[in-house]
Amino acid sequence: MVEITDVVCSLCGCVCDDIVVEVEDNKVTKVKKGACAVGKSKLMGHGRIEEPAIRENGSLKACSYDDAIKKAAEILAASRRPLLYGWSSTVCEADKVGVELAEEIGAVIDNTASVCHGPSVLAIQDVGLPSCTLGEVKNRADLIIYWGANPAAAHANHMKRYSYISKGYWTEEGKKNKKLVVVDVRRTATAKMADVFLQIEQGKDYLVLSALRALLYGYEDVVPEEVGGIPKKDLLETVKMMKESKFGIIFFGMGVTHTRGRHNTIVNAIEVTRAAHTHTKFSIMPMRGHYNVAGINQVCTWETGFPFAVDLTRGYAWYNPGEVSATDLLIRRECDTALIIASDPGAHFPGESIRHLAKIPVIQIDPFPNPTTEFADVVIPAAISGVEAEGNVYRMDNIPIRLRKLVDTEYIADEEIMKRILEEVRAIREKEGE
Amino acid sequence: MAEGELLIRNGVVYDPINGVKGEKKDICIRDGKVVESVTNPKVIDAEGRVVMPGGVDIHSHIAGGKVNAGRLFRPEDGRKGVKARTKVCRQESGYSVPNTFATGYRYARMGYTFVMEAAMPPLAARHTHEELVDIPILDNAALPLLDNNWMTMEYVKSGDTDLLAAYIAWMIKATKGYSVKVVNPGGTEAWAWAKNCDLNDEVPYFDVTPAEIVKNLAVANEKFEMPHSIHVHGNMLGHPGNYEVTTSTYDLVKGIKPYRDRPAMHATHTQFHSYGGTTWGNFESKAGAIADYINKNEHVSIDLGSIILGDTTTMTADGPMEYSLYQITGRKWTNHDVELETGTGITPFLYSGKSPVNTIQWAIGQELALLVKDPWKLALTTDHPNAGPFIGYPIIISMLMSKKRRDESAEDMHKVIFDRAEYCSIDREYDLNEIAIITRGMAAKTLGLHEHGKGHLGIGADGDVAIYDMSPEETDAGKIQKAFLNTKYTIKGGEVVVKDGEVVATPAGKTYFVTPECDEKLTDEMLVKLKDKFEHYYSVSFNNYPVQDAYVPNPYEIKAPWRS
Repeated sequence: MVEITDVVCSLCGCVCDDIVVEVEDNKVTKVKKGACAVGKSKLMGHGRIEEPAIRENGSLKACSYDDAIKKAAEILAASRRPLLYGWSSTVCEADKVGVELAEEIGAVIDNTASVCHGPSVLAIQDVGLPSCTLGEVKNRADLIIYWGANPAAAHANHMKRYSYISKGYWTEEGKKNKKLVVVDVRRTATAKMADVFLQIEQGKDYLVLSALRALLYGYEDVVPEEVGGIPKKDLLETVKMMKESKFGIIFFGMGVTHTRGRHNTIVNAIEVTRAAHTHTKFSIMPMRGHYNVAGINQVCTWETGFPFAVDLTRGYAWYNPGEVSATDLLIRRECDTALIIASDPGAHFPGESIRHLAKIPVIQIDPFPNPTTEFADVVIPAAISGVEAEGNVYRMDNIPIRLRKLVDTEYIADEEIMKRILEEVRAIREKEGE
Repeated sequence: MAEGELLIRNGVVYDPINGVKGEKKDICIRDGKVVESVTNPKVIDAEGRVVMPGGVDIHSHIAGGKVNAGRLFRPEDGRKGVKARTKVCRQESGYSVPNTFATGYRYARMGYTFVMEAAMPPLAARHTHEELVDIPILDNAALPLLDNNWMTMEYVKSGDTDLLAAYIAWMIKATKGYSVKVVNPGGTEAWAWAKNCDLNDEVPYFDVTPAEIVKNLAVANEKFEMPHSIHVHGNMLGHPGNYEVTTSTYDLVKGIKPYRDRPAMHATHTQFHSYGGTTWGNFESKAGAIADYINKNEHVSIDLGSIILGDTTTMTADGPMEYSLYQITGRKWTNHDVELETGTGITPFLYSGKSPVNTIQWAIGQELALLVKDPWKLALTTDHPNAGPFIGYPIIISMLMSKKRRDESAEDMHKVIFDRAEYCSIDREYDLNEIAIITRGMAAKTLGLHEHGKGHLGIGADGDVAIYDMSPEETDAGKIQKAFLNTKYTIKGGEVVVKDGEVVATPAGKTYFVTPECDEKLTDEMLVKLKDKFEHYYSVSFNNYPVQDAYVPNPYEIKAPWRS
């Protein structure tokens, strides 16, 4: 039995890196410290795609890695409008090869931010993002606002490691001297812990943010007695807390990105942060979901200039979310092939786009089976990053951390799979004289 | 490094480190290095053309978190520079914040072969290195930010410069960095509470002043045989009347004996620190006063931070400065404070010749170059992309070489140029030897890289050569600018990487990093304190903090022993 410390979790955007595990007979046998229940489950391992497979006559038939990779390359090389999608639950090293492949075959490369914090990216492109690292929050924040986010369920260690319950330099008494505000449409587990819970009406985020912004700038007279289901006095109390805090932070989740108004709502949330910053230190941060969704945005940006929805058909980067984002391409039935890596559009895309996905050749690369596997035509199992493979990932605050390899495996890592597909594609294209 | 032999025949060579000032001579390269002679070489005919060592940029923001945040929030900038992939090159995008590939290609096309990334937040050092690896052709290094760090300030307060030295040594090693970078010392920590610091203000909660931080870091840096001095972006950048803060900052290292023949401080993007007046209304150039100081003293070197007119993306660890700038323009603003260490601010900015303030800033950058007598004391930079993108260097070069061009340009600027700057009264014109000094020789020497084959063409030097398609007698500013934008040939490690302005090969660059060697007992004592910081205050663990070797696949290590 070997004990491994400082293990980095490859589950959510928290990327906890103080986990201790025990490894015996090349298996993680115990998670001793640091991980939440979901992280623990990932580290301990569960049902996975056992072997590479190619769909024949409607059912997946096991094959060798070589055959699966060759088949994938043939499909991609023959495609006229390929989509390369996913990239958030793997390491940056694999993402880089993805961008290179997209250039090679003139593909659209898009990632899960497209259906997640894509609106946040659009808002940042509009007004910027006054933010900080999570350690800043831990050491300084005395006011924490979760808006449309429920970390108690979705980022289980977030409050403990970084925010409300953590202890830092100016916050050594933990939550005792901190205030927690939760804004949500329902009374979540996080809301139950809050000093102030603003239960807003569905779809009224924009209005409530506007009211807070007006109050922060001193325009109390324009705010009506009730906004989005919240009495004015509660808004005034919240604003008083914001002004009196020494360091405030808004964490926002999918409840804000996927409500009416979309990126406009997030622009407004950032404007509220700017307004609060005229009184005290205030920051804002998106609660990124997958452990490396921030990382694919980083890689895609430094390699193409743009964070998601990048069309490389012309040989240069064409960025236009809404036109070349994955769901839009699929709904228009424009792409004729999809490579899906480290994600599950089968479970998360709108029905209309899944219907098209089911019709076209789909290559899936993933350690785990998911609804996408049900219609994938080539399935390539990958080593589990953070357990069986190492590599770089970016935490939700864009801090880069290296995943550790804990055990050996026969499965091939995403980066290697991608490199082999790229090599095969190049060989085919060379043969065809392109 | 390319194997085989190369002969560059009959070029007019400017190699200031070796005292070669426009001599017609041959350059021989074998297996990537300059040699005495070759026997069976590939020949490049450089007859009548200007030949210089590969350019060395001492200060440019090309890789890492803030550069990428700049790209991410400015798709409108990304659109400006798009270029399709070729058989050799990856696709390009961006103007002021080019993608990694464009960064490498565009520098190489200007004849540059080494670029120093000017600010690496230690906690995000892996990010900087990930991007450096992705920049083709260029050799590179990065300066870790070590001045607003709690550890630094605590050792400054307790006066333990040996332990401070142990800390900076450990950090430079852990980040695979090159030297000590200082950015608004104390002010960036204060910014975590939305405050700022002047040079002699007390940093909130830390009971030290920025002046003490700078001085102690300079002392600590010189305890090792460091190739480079501390690299300082001082307090009050961009504020009217800041020139006295600037010279007071220079004074701090007077009397500190540098390890080798270089100053004890490199003061960067000096244009932003040479301001007179008390408000934007009576803002004026104090380039003369700063140049006067540099002329009379030997303990400070500078780089220009010269303005390129047009739109750009400003980015710095000086968070409060970016906030001020955003308040002036009302444009988008990104901020990213980094726990226990530093911060980041980013906002777009338009330098306009119609604006009196921008006009004076534009004049100051060039005035500094023209008023500092000894070109070995300054390097050409635009603090890319803060004062403008690096592809504007050829514009500055042509300005410095042509009084005629400066006079013509001044006519297009705001009329304040005639009464609140010295610009129009300066007649000096740079010659090519001086241009070679401020674009390669000085930077290489100040960074100590000339001892590692950079910035010159002596025997044993790297075979990095730029051949410009111009005669040494050329006086037409437009032709000079054109020649310096796209080389006839750029040769990197003996391999032709640019031919007729097109990139023809993209070898990987090397990453240079310094390993300061500190006494183990001192290091152990320091680590007790540092580990406590990780235990209680950092959000990553101590063992996951140092940059792993995998991030620097092409390393070049420079050891810096403790000075006895």
